[in-house]
Amino acid sequence: MADKRMTLDDIVDQLEDGMTIGLGGWATRRKPMALARAIARSKLKDLTLMTYGGPDIGILAATGKIKKLIFSFVSMDQIPLDPHFRAARQAGGFDILELDEGHYQMALMAAAMQVPFMATRIGLGTDLIKQPELSKTVTSPFEDAETLVAVPAIPLDAALIHVHRSDERGNVLTLSPDPLFDEILARAAKRTFVTTEKLVTTAELDMRANSRFNIIDRALVAGVAEVPFGAHPTSAEPDYHIDMEHLKTYCDAATSPELLSEYRQRFVDVPHETYVAAVGGVDAIRALRKPAY
Amino acid sequence: MSYSLAELMIAAAAQCWADDGEIMGTGIGPLPRIAAGVAKSLYNPDLMTTDGECFYTTEPLGPGLSSVDFEIEGWVPYQRVFTTLWSGKRHAMVAPVQMDRFGQTNISVIGDHKKPKSAMLGARGFPGNTTCHLNSFIFTNHTKRAFVAGEVDYVCSPGFNPSRYPDGKVPNWLDLGRIITNLCVMDFGGPDRAMRVISLHPGVTFEEVQDNTGFELARLENLPVTPAPTEAELAAMAKIDPKNIRAKMIKDNPSGIRG
Repeated sequence: MADKRMTLDDIVDQLEDGMTIGLGGWATRRKPMALARAIARSKLKDLTLMTYGGPDIGILAATGKIKKLIFSFVSMDQIPLDPHFRAARQAGGFDILELDEGHYQMALMAAAMQVPFMATRIGLGTDLIKQPELSKTVTSPFEDAETLVAVPAIPLDAALIHVHRSDERGNVLTLSPDPLFDEILARAAKRTFVTTEKLVTTAELDMRANSRFNIIDRALVAGVAEVPFGAHPTSAEPDYHIDMEHLKTYCDAATSPELLSEYRQRFVDVPHETYVAAVGGVDAIRALRKPAY
Repeated sequence: MSYSLAELMIAAAAQCWADDGEIMGTGIGPLPRIAAGVAKSLYNPDLMTTDGECFYTTEPLGPGLSSVDFEIEGWVPYQRVFTTLWSGKRHAMVAPVQMDRFGQTNISVIGDHKKPKSAMLGARGFPGNTTCHLNSFIFTNHTKRAFVAGEVDYVCSPGFNPSRYPDGKVPNWLDLGRIITNLCVMDFGGPDRAMRVISLHPGVTFEEVQDNTGFELARLENLPVTPAPTEAELAAMAKIDPKNIRAKMIKDNPSGIRG
């Protein structure tokens, strides 16, 4: 029986320059942040990243890892604009494919279903369909003969997601109240790598009671690393909430090259355990209070 | 009775959901969120409103409040938000950065899309929302920078601009709701769906609205004054927004009655 346990660095070693990689979560929820930081301190380059963006994109933009970003937004909810993303975007630092939030799902779904595109009205009348990737239309073969936008399949080389529990075979649980879109991300990807708050036995997953939290089947999971607080400073509710204080420190780091360099030294270019200590330690993270949405 | 400009705008905004029936009402940002709550409290008790995360709450939940203290009546993870919005059973109120005479809006970039002068959020769900269901709009600063001449810098949501559609016609699925600003209330009821002023806030003239708009506006011939919030509406706002976040949404929290 396959033992898929890996370390963070093992996962990064599976990735290659130029790959198209999907990042799970949404804005400030269950982002694979430890993986984003591990990529930031690796030699990887020229990545095409696809995600509902949060500080994962800010970190990877600030560290020059992005060749192309496929996105609908980069935001931290309570802090609407990410200054690292803005700075890189305004400098023309990477190529862009800007999608409607629904297009994003359709592109992954088409890849997952092994069809070339999905058809939709969404995009008609907007500037989004002036982008070459979204510029193709298709005519309905039925009586309506309606002209629709063809959203191309976007297959991923790898998907990176953060979960709450996993066994060593990659049977996972995401316990947060919203499963988000990690499932279609994994289904659109050749291989999915998972970080988990806790690695447990299959029995401890209590799958009979928790099956609704089992968002993907283990056949999709190529590797799993136990990384407690691997979503920090985003939330992995119910285990911990967003760290607004740290997100402010993160934003402040965009105000000068010196502060960015200091931020990288303290929080990015360090092993994950050192990061957890640097942001206040295990007890401080567990004590974070849920902010209002 | 005294009331603030923000409260006047909330009362006007609440009317947008009054006749919607049992659909999802989403007010994005504090003023629209309070307005959806007022609509649910007073005019459309069947409206479904969320905690901004992934639950429907029985009572409307105002900005800055934790859903922990509220009864949850349903689950609405993002996937369900999308399936709901695609079906059309939702009415959102949003606050774009720019809008043009066609009702096209922008929240993505100012300047060139490849190398913008200002990168903002990204198009988010604006294209799909406007394609699939009714949207109303709120602007707390009615200026020519918000209501721009020509077209918005990056068209995120479709509008009544025939030249942008494959067959040169505005599709019949498109509809746009009202626009609530700090000066007036507008809709798209003018000739060829032109933007039209339908009421002026107390003390505001049509000329002032026109002077602060980058394109020509249509108008009702006899323009009424936007109705003052009722006692019941003010009481609902106080209940939904006990932290008085509405007082912080417009600079210096001006009175709703100029003078």
